[in-house]
Formats: sequence, structure tokens, C-alpha cells
Amino acid sequence: MPRPLRRAMGRLGLWLLVAVIVVYTVFPFYWAIVSSLKGGQALFGTELLPRDPQWSNYAELFRQQPFGRNILNSVFVAGSVVLVSLVLASGAAYALGRIRFRGRVPLLMVILSVSMFPQVAVLSGMFELIRWLGLYNNLLGLTLSYLIFTLPFTVWVLTTFMRELPQELEEAAMVDGATPFVTITRVFLPLMAPAMATAGLLAFIAAWNEFLFALTFTLTNEMRTVPVAIALISGASAFELPWGRIMAASVIVTVPLILLVLVFQRRIVEGLTAGAVKG
Amino acid sequence: MSAAAQAAPVAAPRARNAISGMQRRRRRTAWLFLSPMLLVLALVAGWPLLRTVYFAFTDATLFDIAFHELVGAQNFAFLASDPDWWAAVRNTLIFATASVAIETLLGLVIALTLNARLRGRGPLRAAMLIPWAIPTVVSAQMWGWMLHDQYGVINAVLLSLGVIATPWAWVADPSLALWSVVAVDVWKTTPFMALLILAALQLVPRDVYEAARIDGLGPVGIFVRITLPLIRPALMVAVLFRALDALRVFDLMYVLTGNSPSTASMSVYARQQLVDFQDVGMGSAAATFLALVVAASAALIIVAGRVRFDTAGR
Amino acid sequence: MFGGVLAALCMLVPGTPRAQVTISISCSALGIEARLCREGAEAWAQQSGNEVRLVSTPNSGTERLALYQQLLAARSPDIDVFQVDVVWPGILANHLLDLSGRIDVAGHFEEVVRNNTVDGRLVAIPWFVNAGLLYYRRDLLEAAGRDVPETWQALTETARAVMQAERERGNAQMWGHVFQGRAYEGLTVNGIEWLASHAAGRIVEPDGKVSVDNPRAAQALALARSWIEAITPLGVLNYAEEESRGVFQSGNAVFMRNWPYAWPLLNAEDSPVRGKVGVAVLPRGDVPGGVHAAGLGGEQLAVSRYTKHPDEAVDLVRYLTSPAEQKRRAIAGGFTPSIVALYEDEELLAPNPFFRDLVPTLRSAVARPSGVTGARYNRVSAEFAAAVHKALAGQAEPAEALADLARSLQRIGRAGRW
Repeated sequence: MPRPLRRAMGRLGLWLLVAVIVVYTVFPFYWAIVSSLKGGQALFGTELLPRDPQWSNYAELFRQQPFGRNILNSVFVAGSVVLVSLVLASGAAYALGRIRFRGRVPLLMVILSVSMFPQVAVLSGMFELIRWLGLYNNLLGLTLSYLIFTLPFTVWVLTTFMRELPQELEEAAMVDGATPFVTITRVFLPLMAPAMATAGLLAFIAAWNEFLFALTFTLTNEMRTVPVAIALISGASAFELPWGRIMAASVIVTVPLILLVLVFQRRIVEGLTAGAVKG
Repeated sequence: MSAAAQAAPVAAPRARNAISGMQRRRRRTAWLFLSPMLLVLALVAGWPLLRTVYFAFTDATLFDIAFHELVGAQNFAFLASDPDWWAAVRNTLIFATASVAIETLLGLVIALTLNARLRGRGPLRAAMLIPWAIPTVVSAQMWGWMLHDQYGVINAVLLSLGVIATPWAWVADPSLALWSVVAVDVWKTTPFMALLILAALQLVPRDVYEAARIDGLGPVGIFVRITLPLIRPALMVAVLFRALDALRVFDLMYVLTGNSPSTASMSVYARQQLVDFQDVGMGSAAATFLALVVAASAALIIVAGRVRFDTAGR
Repeated sequence: MFGGVLAALCMLVPGTPRAQVTISISCSALGIEARLCREGAEAWAQQSGNEVRLVSTPNSGTERLALYQQLLAARSPDIDVFQVDVVWPGILANHLLDLSGRIDVAGHFEEVVRNNTVDGRLVAIPWFVNAGLLYYRRDLLEAAGRDVPETWQALTETARAVMQAERERGNAQMWGHVFQGRAYEGLTVNGIEWLASHAAGRIVEPDGKVSVDNPRAAQALALARSWIEAITPLGVLNYAEEESRGVFQSGNAVFMRNWPYAWPLLNAEDSPVRGKVGVAVLPRGDVPGGVHAAGLGGEQLAVSRYTKHPDEAVDLVRYLTSPAEQKRRAIAGGFTPSIVALYEDEELLAPNPFFRDLVPTLRSAVARPSGVTGARYNRVSAEFAAAVHKALAGQAEPAEALADLARSLQRIGRAGRW
């Protein structure tokens, strides 16, 4: 085979592979969009394009339940979890990443092992805690409970970033007589902005998607977050499942995340690389 | 201060004193900065976790959690004698091994593809992140819908392509169900894996490849002798994190197949005991056992994969 | 700094409105069920001068029960009136008020009232009932010149014949019979219908004896097993109510076992089987003593022991379970009343013609053994559903699955003492 032809074939093969990958990753989401545009009996068909697309599922969604409110709840909970995690974790990351002290590595291991317990396992203990603090059916209860998975993760990512920063910066600050607090807020935080964005984004996604705690610790429709609201969408009677509306809700919930991912994808990759690759 | 130290030249001890004083101060600072995070973690993680471990040795029920007695290791004995539990252990181990292995292989393939110089790599990378960004509850429902044996799109497409002759019952057939769950998990997390590997690949300097090519290594030789050893540490950590997640799998099985014994994972079993059967003691015992399995697997992967864990300061 | 953040967050959290006497009632979140519940509760609020707050609860029964239990175990007054499933009175009894003497239940189906009475305490009032029904394709049976099957064996035979004829006519996706085969509560109901109709008992008898390991039960299960991949798609092993309705409503099944809720949906505007569907009692087993047995379902209303306003809460329950309200719900939403006399009300029968024939089915409805097994019912049900699922999937022989089941039920029930 002549060389240019072989190269062209290689190119073609590569693009084919890429096409397969894209279909594989994107098709289910496409199918959710298609299903959300179908109504009634058409849902049970398998046409790849909706014959007459209709928006009724979306309209119904907001009319039948406080879905707008649910979205606001999710934004509030995810946003506050990110804020609290970042504030707590950046201080901790400074200590873990910049200061050598005994018990540092075991401490990191303990923080890691917190994320080894299955979520189900802490459910009853967490429920008691939430009740005891009077945060049942309160969005702050969710904020608090989500810290169990966002905090260890954020600490790990920020610690890895923190220890990458050059030693000279801190020394210069210390020579100028700055306190550690000033060093962190004036010297490190500006440099940490990309890392904070990454860790925050990942924590946001994790909190946005959480289901089990949100189901257990909230009671009324007005306090539900979006994943729970979706899971609780029901039809006219107890057994009926309105697939069209569920898919419409899924699309609405996923689009902001996809936009976030599109905008921040480079950041996300950086964060994952720091968190996992450098371990 | 000792006499020997006093006898020494004046400047040195003062400097050493200053350093050790500063170190003490820094250590104090470290704990000061750590304490809020540790306090919150102790509250939201430590306390519930200790409660769970404690409950594992009691006969507490959800019915009235306050009244319970210590029953020793009775829950664990029951667990050991329950065939359903061992089926759940088996399912979980098969699921974790299979999904992590496939995700790693597929992730490698995808990462190598994307690492080739391609136009539009950015959008491609973003497209790959979509499955990961969709909430699991939602994606499991989407897949349940697509995998339905009678009106699912997967069967429709495969039938029209002639790949299968009759519709398959993907999530109902006991011999297929677990593999369908694995397939959905692979869909959801391969992109994540691929991105981690891709990130590692991009850290490999291009001139290493050039040098290898000049030495006459073929593509396979380059991959095995150069690329793989260079990305191995990153790969192992990615495998570690994925394995920890896979062993705790819950919502996928729960949404796709409910409590069906042919797919139930350890987490599903624990939740069934805790929530469906109101048996806090048994549920906690199962969860504690699961955490031990996870910890043991983590240790195994760390040792076998020689994962570096020197996290702070160099 | 952290405190400041928290304080700022607190201000962002919207508060809940407060009223003086507000009764919280949990009922379904959406659709006509929610609307009817809201209308009923608000009518009571108007009449009595109180306020009501509707609390929507998870769709899935087990999740709803878990939520109730967590609330009740914490002695929480957050919900005053609970909508409870027919199998929950035994589980929740200790946390519910005794309503006997406060609300009159004469005229309700006796089986349901018995079901709701735990240790002599009436803990819940029937709100609507449910029973398993056999839906069939009237058009196909007529074309094939066949009767609605009287026995399960006849159903098997008819289903096979009609299915084959339809497949030869070109509908390759046609099946004979669909039901709920996923390993969950619905399979327990289907299973108990097969057992009871073959005179094979109710898993655990009212006296606490485990009766499930008997040859008739094995025969019933073997018959159901023989359907799989012959007249029933293998996929049924993962079907709940909606999946089976999807198959039947798309015109791809001759028979379907389902609840009354499917009737209006099957006859909706865009339904391919609109006007072609008939309803009958479920077949009996072709054995001596075989009976028609429909699994009993339905919802009750109960009052929490931890309510701050017991009198108002009881009054709300009395109002919602009254004949007038049940009639309104039947006409507007097709909910099957729990009061026998309503089945002779022509106004109610007009939109629901098939109600006329339901009374015998409902009278003979078979309750699941939730009373005798009490707090352990969910475990019993899960074990039973798992055993039936294994037998249907061919992972165990029916007799073998039942013997294993009996052993584990003995252990769970501490040899019949429960």
C-alpha cells in the first residue's frame, strides 16, 4: 500500500473511532431529549426522530409542581456546600500542604478513609444529627450533610495544589513579617484561584447530583432538590410513570451541568489531574 | 539551656532556636488552620460513622432506635450465614472487577485516540464529560428506558441492524442483568477514566516519543516500553479511586433492577436491611463489613500497584 | 468568618408559613390523586375553619414507609395524618392512634377493616381499595371465538393460541400474558394470587404457621414458570406495573394482570387498545378448592400518635373517608371505594362501568400476611418475592425454592411466634 493511502486510511480509522466514541457518550442524552418531546403513546415507539415534537412535557413539569423552586433549592444547596467546603478546606490545605508536622500523612489517610464508608451506612446517624440540630426539612441540613463527601475531596485537591506552589513566595511573605492568615489570603488565595474553581466545580456537581440524603432529610415539595423531585415525579395515579415528563426534567437538570462542563472543561481536567494523578 | 550549648559559639544556637521556635509556631498554626475542618468532619462524618459501627453490635431497629441491646457479634454471624449476603458480595466483586477493568482498557483506548493530534479536541473532551455530569438517578432511569426489552431503543436498533434475532431482556434475564449494569457503569465512568489517563498522557514529553522512534520502536513497542511505564502511577491512582467507588455501588442497581437478587450489591443489601427491614443492627453490620472490604481492597491496590502516597512537601 | 457565612446562608433560606391549627397530611404528589386529596382536605379546612398542609411523599412504597418510620421513630409531629398502604398497619401500629369508637367503619369491606385492626386497635380507616384484575383484549378473544378464561390453565392455553394466531398474522411482538415479575412488593401480590387461587395458602397463616412449602404452591409456581418465554416475555422479570401496562397498551399482549388504575389509561384518547379491552376477575386454579383470588391493595388514612391536634386530625380522616368524599373520588378519579354500598350508586357506575362486577372480587380479595408478621412483614415479602423470582427465572425448581423459603421464614418468624 502506498504511504499516503495508508496515512489516509489511518486518518479515516481514527475519525471512525472518534465517531463511535461520540455516539456512545452522547446518544443516551440525545435519546432523553427525543423522549421528552414525545407524548402519550408515541413514547412507547422507538423512532429516532420525534414525528411531531411537542413541548407539553416541559410545560406540565412546571405547572404540576414547584420545579422552579426545586432548581433554586439545588442551586442554593450546591452553592453553599461549595462555599463552606472551600473556606474550610483552604485553611486545612495550607496546613497539610505547606507545613511539616507529625501526624500529617495519617491525617490525610483518615480524611481519605472517610470517603470509603458507603453513604447508606451513615444514614441513620446523620438523620439523628440533623434532627438534633433542628435542621430536618431545611436546606441547611443538606448543606451540612453534604460536607461529608465534598470536604475530604476538596481538602485533597487543594492540598495537592498548595504543595505545588513555590516555597519562595511564602518565605518572602514571612520575611515581610506577614502572619499565616495574611500569607494565605494575600499570597496563596490569588494563586489558588484555578484550583479553587476546579475543586468548587467538582463539589458543585457532586452536591447537585446527590440523591439519598436529599430524599431522607427533606419532607415537603418546596424543600426538595432536583434529583429527588425527578425521582418523585408521578403520573395520575400511584403506579403510572410519566416518562416524557421525567425525561424533560432530566434534560433541564443536565443542561446547566453540560454548560458548566463546556465552559470549565479544561479546569475540570486540571482538578482531576491534581486530585488523583498526584494522589 | 545546657552548659554544652552555652559553650558553643553564640550565633548558631540562636539560629537553631529561632528555627525550632518558628517550627513550633508553624505546627501550632497548622493545627489552628486544621481545626475548623476537623471539627466539622468529626461532626458530620466521625459521629455518624461511630454510631454505625456501634449499631452493628446491637439489635437496634428503625422502629425505635433508642431501645436496643448489645448483642455482640450476632449480626455478623447472621450475615455470614445468609446466602443472600454472599450473593451480594459476589455480585459486588464481579461488578467492581469487571467494570474497573473494562473502564481502564476502554479509557486507555479513548485517551490514546484523543491524544493523537486532532482538530476539535476541546469539544470532543467536553462531549465525553456529558455522561459523567448527568445525575446517576437520571442516567439509570434513561438506561432503564433504553434497555427495556419491548419498547427500548437498544433492542430496536440492534434488531434492525440484524445483530440480534429476538429482543433481549437486558435487565431481566439473570444471566445478562449484572452485565447490563456493568455496561451502564462503563458508559458513565469510562469518560472520567479516559480524561485522567489523557491528562497523564499529555504530561509525557513529546521528545521521549521522538527518541523512541529514532531507536526504531514501533507503535506497540512505544506504548508498552515508554508510555505505559510513564503513566502507570497516574493509572494506578485512577484505578484505586474507581475501585473504591465501584465497591460501594448503589443507585445504579437500585434504579435499574430494584432489590433483584441477581444484581444486588453489598450497598443494596445494607440499605434493604436498614430501610426496608428497619433492622439498623444488621444494616450497620453489613455497612461496616463493606467498609472493611473497601479498605482492604484499597490497601491491596496501593501495595500491588505501588501507589505513591507522599502527599505533602518535598 | 464561618459564622458570618452561616448567618448569611440562614437569611437566604426561605421560612415556612405558620398558622394556628394546621393539619399536615401526606398524600400522593401529583396528578389527579394529588388534586383530589387537596380538594378534599381543603373542603374540610373550609368547613372546620382549620388549615391543611399537603406533604408529598416518595412514589416508591418502601421509600415512603422508611420515611414514615424515621419520622415516627423520632416522635416527630411533622405529619398528623398519614396515607398508609394496606400492608403497613401491622408495621406502624405502635405509632398510630386507636380510632375504634372515634370513626365508624360499618359498611366498609370487612377484609380491609380486619386488616387495619392490629391487636384489637383500629389503627387506620380504609380510604380506597385496590384489587388485582385480569385485563384482556376483547377484540382478539372474540375473533378467535374464545371465552374469558375461568382458570389459570385455560388462560395459559387461550393465551398461547391467540398469541400464535396474531404472530402468524404479522405481529411478531405479540405476547400472551404480562404481569409484575420484578423482585419487589408487586411480585409478592402476584405470587399470593397464584397461591391463593390454587388453595395453597397465604405464605404465613393468621395463626403464624408458615404454610408456603406445599405441593399446590409448587404447582402454581411451576405453571407461572411455564409462561416465561412461552406466553410471557423474559423481560417480565423486571416489570413493575407500568412496564406491563406499556406492553399491553401498545397492543402487544392478550392478557394483563394489573390494578384498576390502568382502566382509564387503556381507554385514553391516544391508546391503541382504546375500546378493545375487557376486565374480569383473575382466574382460579384448576385444582379442587381452587378459587378466584385477587390480591388486596389500597390505601388507608391513619393518625399519628405524636400529633399535636388529635381531634382535628381524626376529624379530617373522618371527612376524607366518608361515603360522600369516596363517591366524589370515584367519579372524578376512578378510585375504587372501600364502602360496599357505593357500588350500587348509578352516578358512580356511569363513568366506571366495570365497578359493577368488582364487588365479588373485592369481597374475596386476599390480604397479604402483614397483620400476623407485623414488623417483619417486609422481610417476609422480600424473601417470598426473591424465591418466586428465582423460580420464574429458572434459577431454582419451584419446590426447592419454596422449601428454602419456608426454612428462612421459620428463622425470621422464630418458629411461628413472630
